[in-house]
Amino acid sequence: MAELTDLTIAAARDGLKAGDFSAKELADSHIRAVESARALNALVLETPDRARSDATASDKRRSSGQSRGPLDGIPLAIKDLFCTAGILSRACSNILDGFTPTYESTVTANLWAAGAVMLGKTNMDEFAMGSSNETSFFGPVTNPWRREGDNRPLVPGGSSGGSAVAVAAKLALGATGTDTGGSIRQPASFCGIVGFKPTYGRCSRWGVVAFASSLDQPGPMTRTVRDAAIMLGGMAGHDPKDSTSVDLPVPDYEAALTGDIRGLRVGIPAEYRMDGMPPEIEQLWQQGANWLRDAGAEIVDIKLPHTKYALPAYHVIAPAEASSNLARYDGIRFGLRVPADDITAQYEKTRAAGFGAEVRRRIMIGTYVLSAGYYDAYYLKAQQVRNVVFTDFKTAFDAVDVILTPTAPFAAFAHGELAGDPIAMYLNDLFAVPASLAGLPATTIPAGLTDAGLPLGLQIVGRTFDEETVLRVGQVLESASSVTAEPEAWWRVD
Amino acid sequence: MAAGMIITGTTGDWEVVIGLEVHAQVTSNAKLFSGAATAFGAKPNSQVSLVDAAMPGMLPVINEVCIRQAVRTGLGLNATINRYSVFDRKNYFYPDLPAGYQISQYTQPVVGAGKLYLYMPDGSSREIGITRLHLEQDAGKSLHDQHPKNTYVDLNRAGIGLMEIVSEPDLRSAEEAGLYLRKLRAILRYLGSCDGNMEQGSMRADVNVSVRKTGEPYGTRCEIKNLNSVRFVEQSIHYEARRQVGLIEEGGTVEQQTRLFDSDRGVTRPMRSKEEAHDYRYFPDPDLLPLELTEAYIDELRATLPELPDIKKQRYADELGLSAYDAAVLVAEKETADYFETVAAGHEAKLAANWVMGELYGALNKAVMPIAESPVSAQDLSGLLDLLADGTLSGRIAKDVFEEMFSTGRSAATIVEEQGLKQVTDSGEIEALVGTVLAENQDKVAEYKSGKDKLFGFFVGQVMKESQGKANPQVVNELLKRKLTD
Repeated sequence: MAELTDLTIAAARDGLKAGDFSAKELADSHIRAVESARALNALVLETPDRARSDATASDKRRSSGQSRGPLDGIPLAIKDLFCTAGILSRACSNILDGFTPTYESTVTANLWAAGAVMLGKTNMDEFAMGSSNETSFFGPVTNPWRREGDNRPLVPGGSSGGSAVAVAAKLALGATGTDTGGSIRQPASFCGIVGFKPTYGRCSRWGVVAFASSLDQPGPMTRTVRDAAIMLGGMAGHDPKDSTSVDLPVPDYEAALTGDIRGLRVGIPAEYRMDGMPPEIEQLWQQGANWLRDAGAEIVDIKLPHTKYALPAYHVIAPAEASSNLARYDGIRFGLRVPADDITAQYEKTRAAGFGAEVRRRIMIGTYVLSAGYYDAYYLKAQQVRNVVFTDFKTAFDAVDVILTPTAPFAAFAHGELAGDPIAMYLNDLFAVPASLAGLPATTIPAGLTDAGLPLGLQIVGRTFDEETVLRVGQVLESASSVTAEPEAWWRVD
Repeated sequence: MAAGMIITGTTGDWEVVIGLEVHAQVTSNAKLFSGAATAFGAKPNSQVSLVDAAMPGMLPVINEVCIRQAVRTGLGLNATINRYSVFDRKNYFYPDLPAGYQISQYTQPVVGAGKLYLYMPDGSSREIGITRLHLEQDAGKSLHDQHPKNTYVDLNRAGIGLMEIVSEPDLRSAEEAGLYLRKLRAILRYLGSCDGNMEQGSMRADVNVSVRKTGEPYGTRCEIKNLNSVRFVEQSIHYEARRQVGLIEEGGTVEQQTRLFDSDRGVTRPMRSKEEAHDYRYFPDPDLLPLELTEAYIDELRATLPELPDIKKQRYADELGLSAYDAAVLVAEKETADYFETVAAGHEAKLAANWVMGELYGALNKAVMPIAESPVSAQDLSGLLDLLADGTLSGRIAKDVFEEMFSTGRSAATIVEEQGLKQVTDSGEIEALVGTVLAENQDKVAEYKSGKDKLFGFFVGQVMKESQGKANPQVVNELLKRKLTD
């Protein structure tokens, strides 16, 4: 038998059910994988004892016929942005030094209630601000993939870089991510896995450290579309503690994977053809459209005319909200405190020591765009752009059922390659941000490799709360592309 | 219109222009956006939820009770209820503001323009415009006296719902401002939307004061922050208006400022100038959806509003026949009106009013006691009036019994029973007393008979005295008249 870490969630579920192995064995395999992959820096906190006790409890339930469903006994890694009771939750920021919440985020509580096993907390860009996982206080994460003939370490993307790597390097069967402007989709694309951003409001934000409240959305990161469907089912649901959470029943997402997309209309937006985009990405996009056509879908050229304004608007709205959301890190009640003689000096010293450069940059941008005299020109204008971007999609979805685009305008790059050029870094999320602004469900599917052998993803965007169609199309694309390449386990220390 | 407050300076007469921002704590068991309790006087930091402490990842959820209270208050102020309103974040750093922002309503408040009527002592009335009412969170409390160097923070208040009620600059004197506050407090108490308790901080006022020569445009205003009694509001206006007049007349200009009132010295002092004013960076709170109210919801609340003081006053005059003055006094506080109505339920309204405003008020004032703590309940006073009506007690004895009730808290019936104060109406018994009095005062009887009519009162007094006040005066009169004309 192959290693247990090679399994998908679906296969592990079946194996557990059949009694082929125990949850404890499955957990132990993953605990060993995590320990042997510290070179990747994917996890900032390992919780092996917790994993073993979760797994033992799962086995006990199963043996007494009390199994809680498909996620019971499945080992998962949790992004450090999720508050986990009794376990350090620091959003990979020094300002949350030593912060151990007394409470559990709704999404992780849902997962534990479904029987999932916790392996640890994954590395991420500080406060989810970044596209390379290089802004983490705990150091950068390394992508398991390398360019052919080039051993330079590559970034995994971000902000959910640690989660993407944990899944791609088979340290966990799945991981939670959060997506504000691409933070699930872009690292998933860079690491060759499936990343799913649900509709805003589908998964509760309660207990997830806030970056930009009107955009933040938790979602699953897995190796297959089926696994994403299973995991999303365990994460989603109405939460009265989150006023923006939507009170809709959670469908059986796995049941949506019928493989049948005949007659479905797939939109190809002209505006996502960007100057200077590598031709291989353009070709893959075309190839993706062809695969879907071959599966019976109708390919429709559509227009999303305001696409180019989405990224600038995002970089006004997200920092504006962040500047306010991060005001609570003041050294008074929790986390880091640098004492000083008066309160203002204490704020300044604490926040200067606690926040990294990118977070400070965004707080300053956000503070600026909300200031008297600038509000109308920046924040208000950006909200207007957000409305027209939403209207673009709404109009497009009159004509099509899903939209197919590249996930990111390029593949994984080397550590330090874009450091010092925030604008270039922000371009990573060019294709991800419009769906974020519109709150739409969107997934990335590994669809091919670059000439240098790096993974590339294609993005499928769907209608509000139509996760099922997105998943269905995603699975068809997944089977058509049938990417089988895996990174060599160069990092493994046994 | 009643004359406003005029300050006569060296250059002429100055008019004072005042607008009030009142922060009224919403009566609710839970905070505006969390389930934590709101009781006054609890141990520091014992009523703080994760949301109130702004722990990472915590989200606000609106407390529907607070919405109801705000809408009801808006209706009570004859105001427009906005079917669509928005919660905004007001950003600033302070240790007792855990999130670094206060959730408030900035451009789109839940309640729009309304009005409130003042009844001036001279009988005239004034309409004062209400600009708006919005909901916002209270902050915590910094405690500076717990440690020689450090400041402690108590978050029990943090997140409690407040209604900020803003008036137009329609007030023209400290007295009007005082009347406005009292009237507003009465309306809030009638509605049960705020207990109006200024000592406990559940109602606080910011006062905007400016001065101008009559007929000129508004002058530059100063805002006096956080006043917690009607008296301080009045005192601070008196001081601030004179300060501004003095400043201008000496050739200076009034600077737009936030000022604090020093109640020990009776002066206002600058807190911060316009230049130092915060840039609060208001923006819609992305954690909360806009508040949308249906017409049906508003109508339902409108239908359940209690009778408010202005309408009640009208009814007392029109239906109960009370004078405008009596009606105004009785409705000024909800407790008084409730008390009066209980007493008046079984008795003639004017009699009930006289007893409440006469005996009861007299005793309460003497004891410096609010009506809510009156030892004589409305039911007990009603019981006393029952004994008066059925002739058990004479008016004079009733007043004595009331005093006894007030000092002991016992009912009229008990006191009458124990002390044998029941009025004597038995004419045989009284006839005997009359006989005794006339027999003992034969010289006076002779004088009376020779035309000295005034002595009649003397005989009545003597009989009443003999009866220890218990004789029914009517019967005494009749019997005396008959005997003396025999």
